[in-house]
Amino acid sequence: MNEVFYASAVIAIAATLMAITRLNAVHALIYLIVSLLAVAVIFFVLGAPFVAALEVIVYAGAIMVLFVFAIMMLGLTPESIQEEGRWFLSPRMLIGPAILAAILLGELIYILVATDGQAAGVRIVDPKQVGITLFGPYLLGVELASLLLLAGLVGAYHLGRKVPGQPSGGPGEEE
Amino acid sequence: MATVPMEQGLIVAAVLFVLGLAGVLMRRNILFVLLSLEIMLNAAGLAFVVAGYRWGQADGQVMFIFILSMAAAEVSVGLALVLQLYDRFKTLDSQAASKMRG
Amino acid sequence: MLDLLFLVPILPFAGFLLLALVGPRLTPRAVAFVGVGSVGLSMALAFTVAARFLSTPPPGYAYTQTLWTWMQVGPNFTPTIAFYLDALSLVMMLVVTFVGFLIHLYSTQYMAEEEGYSRFFAYMNLFVGSMLTLVLADNILFLFLGWEGVGLCSYLLIGFWYRDPANVRAARKAFVVTRVGDTAFIIGIFLLFTSLGAFRIQELLARAAQQWPQGYVLAVAAAALLMGGALGKSAQLPLQTWLPDAMAGPTPVSALIHAATMVTAGVYLIARTNTIFSLAPAVMLTVAVIGAVTLLYAGFSALVQMDIKRALAYSTISQVGLMFLALGVGAWSAAIFQFMTHAFFKALLFMGAGVVILALHHEQNMFRMGGLRRELPLTFWTFLAGAASLAAFPIITAGFFSKELILYQTWFSDRGNPWLWAAGLVSALLTALYSFRIVFLVFYGELRERPAWRPGPQMQIPLVILAILAIVAGYIEIPYTQVNVAFFSSFLSHSLPPATLVHADPALEIGLTAAAVVATLVGIYLAYLFFLRSPALAARLAGTPWGDPLRRWWLAGWGFDRLYDRLFVRPVVWLANFNRDDFIDLAYQGIAWANQIAWRLLSATQGGQLRWYAMGIAFGAALIIGIGAFQ
Repeated sequence: MNEVFYASAVIAIAATLMAITRLNAVHALIYLIVSLLAVAVIFFVLGAPFVAALEVIVYAGAIMVLFVFAIMMLGLTPESIQEEGRWFLSPRMLIGPAILAAILLGELIYILVATDGQAAGVRIVDPKQVGITLFGPYLLGVELASLLLLAGLVGAYHLGRKVPGQPSGGPGEEE
Repeated sequence: MATVPMEQGLIVAAVLFVLGLAGVLMRRNILFVLLSLEIMLNAAGLAFVVAGYRWGQADGQVMFIFILSMAAAEVSVGLALVLQLYDRFKTLDSQAASKMRG
Repeated sequence: MLDLLFLVPILPFAGFLLLALVGPRLTPRAVAFVGVGSVGLSMALAFTVAARFLSTPPPGYAYTQTLWTWMQVGPNFTPTIAFYLDALSLVMMLVVTFVGFLIHLYSTQYMAEEEGYSRFFAYMNLFVGSMLTLVLADNILFLFLGWEGVGLCSYLLIGFWYRDPANVRAARKAFVVTRVGDTAFIIGIFLLFTSLGAFRIQELLARAAQQWPQGYVLAVAAAALLMGGALGKSAQLPLQTWLPDAMAGPTPVSALIHAATMVTAGVYLIARTNTIFSLAPAVMLTVAVIGAVTLLYAGFSALVQMDIKRALAYSTISQVGLMFLALGVGAWSAAIFQFMTHAFFKALLFMGAGVVILALHHEQNMFRMGGLRRELPLTFWTFLAGAASLAAFPIITAGFFSKELILYQTWFSDRGNPWLWAAGLVSALLTALYSFRIVFLVFYGELRERPAWRPGPQMQIPLVILAILAIVAGYIEIPYTQVNVAFFSSFLSHSLPPATLVHADPALEIGLTAAAVVATLVGIYLAYLFFLRSPALAARLAGTPWGDPLRRWWLAGWGFDRLYDRLFVRPVVWLANFNRDDFIDLAYQGIAWANQIAWRLLSATQGGQLRWYAMGIAFGAALIIGIGAFQ
């Protein structure tokens, strides 16, 4: 099973790399979905079937679809793809973040490699166990998460409204 | 079930996280920034699940569920804000909304 | 009853506070009520306390009232807020409150049309409070507090009409010149404290008498420094240049501060610390010489002044010089006696001058006045009484007795000196000459301008009271061996040592007195000659080739202003200009500049760019993880 893990890891990393370097938003989304699916496989291999399913259903299924809706509402024209190209592909912009990301990655890997690894993989943690833990010790977290989702709902509704009378578009009066 | 050492799993999570961070820093289009943010959240969740796998407990998955719900709420509000931004500035450039300076 | 003493200075301070806080909102009647009432009440209390003091004197003829400890820095440095009442401070307190009250009453009418009415009375009350603090202070730091307070009030009141920059300049000049003296004074205080270890004046004097031999260098230094302070405040040479310019203030201010009370603070100081001065004969001689020289200097200058107030100002300088002369020869009580009579007649003269000035629409040039004796009769008679007292007209004026006392002791004291007496004699002639010059110029001759206004009772009553006192106040002290009345000096001998006199030969006494009387009468006759009978003669004298420059030189106060300007003012101004961007300034500027740079840097980090902030977060994360990982 370890090979499955390594293969999925490689796919996830490659897909993510592709996702962040695309000019077309929809392409980037598709690659990201691939990455998410690969991560779901990793979850499954690591003995967490419940979250593997959740990853596919919620993350890849709902959140990414939300992104697709937004992109469709905003409209994707060839000019916008060219603009994206201009924005993204100037090397001056890329050097700093690249270095910073590399440094961060180096630090993290250094920390992780310094400790010696032990094999694990005791058992599969099935949904029933997750449910008991969720509604047992982590009950408060569940309530808070539901509050958060309510807040997100109300906020998204309110922020997404077009205020009548306000001219849609154009830099507003808040100079 | 695999018997992968926890550190390697965490390395995968670290790499994904750093890639997401690089995306946030490098992209100018707001949508891509949000996308990269999702990548980062996903990587964090992966780290939790790997940890849970190491100890054989459900806590890792529970954390992942919380992260997931939070990501959902965040994405919905974030995209609503992106739509407002587009309404106001007619562009998705993250540098357009930079009046709070000095 | 004596413990009401603390109210005497406190009441004027309370009046000041009230007027400062709510004065502008009060009606002028209320302002006058508070302003005059506080000083009036203080005067009544002063008289009550004095009556009790005289009827049942406390042990040692001194009463101390300690209110609280001012500060406590170490075991030795504990000055207190305490009042000390003995014969000397009693006399001072009575004169200050009484004359102060009369002048306050007078100014209710004098300043009636002015804006800043409440401000005026607030400052005047503050002044009276500070002056009372000065004379009633138990320890020398508290005295210095009052000293500075009167200096402040002098500045505030000279520059009362602050909209005219000339007045502000005069106020500043007064403050700066007296500051020189104040610096010497405070150094003297330091010296006294570090060498004798006390602040209470009586303790200082006792310790000095015990520990310091005659002519000891510390005594000389301390006395010289105290003298420096007295010179500044009392406008004696070389620090006298401020007083003529101080006449820019309102006339009541000139009357109260620059005639009757503040300028005598130096006299009080020296009289109070007389033990230290007695230990330093060289300094006493210096005091006497300065007094004599100033006496003559100011007499000549007063002779040629055209502005009535400036003439009276120089007269004040001259008379205070006379007091210094008395102090210098050890005639302590005589100096205080002269202070008292001088307060009466000089305040009277200034108030009379104020009436004339107001009546002629703020005209101050005496050569444009004239013939007012029938228009302003009361003012004329009271002014005449004052001038006669100033000139020491024989027998019937108080000034005669006080000046006689001083001249007598200048000759007969063991520290006295015939030369000093001669200076006093010449100045007696000069004083009579210039004081009657004023009288003749203002009140005699042809009427040039008819006064459009007559003074009311608030002005007339003080004039009359002071005129009466200027005549009768002298009878309490007659120094001769044949006719000796010594109420005043025997009272004061409880706190001031009597002057040690060599044996006085009665014939010599009569001769000297006769000389002084003759000098006075000759002066009056000369004034009559030059300014009443044939003014053309005076004009011709003034017009001669040696007369005119001499007159102009005396008019300018013997050129001291120009001298000081060349010697001190210009170099300092040049230095200040040269040093405009000095390194100390640069240090402060550098702080501001560094702050600005930091602000700009910090401001640059807030660019409003989203990615910049994200970079910041990532950078911080990398940093912290690095620190954690590689520690």
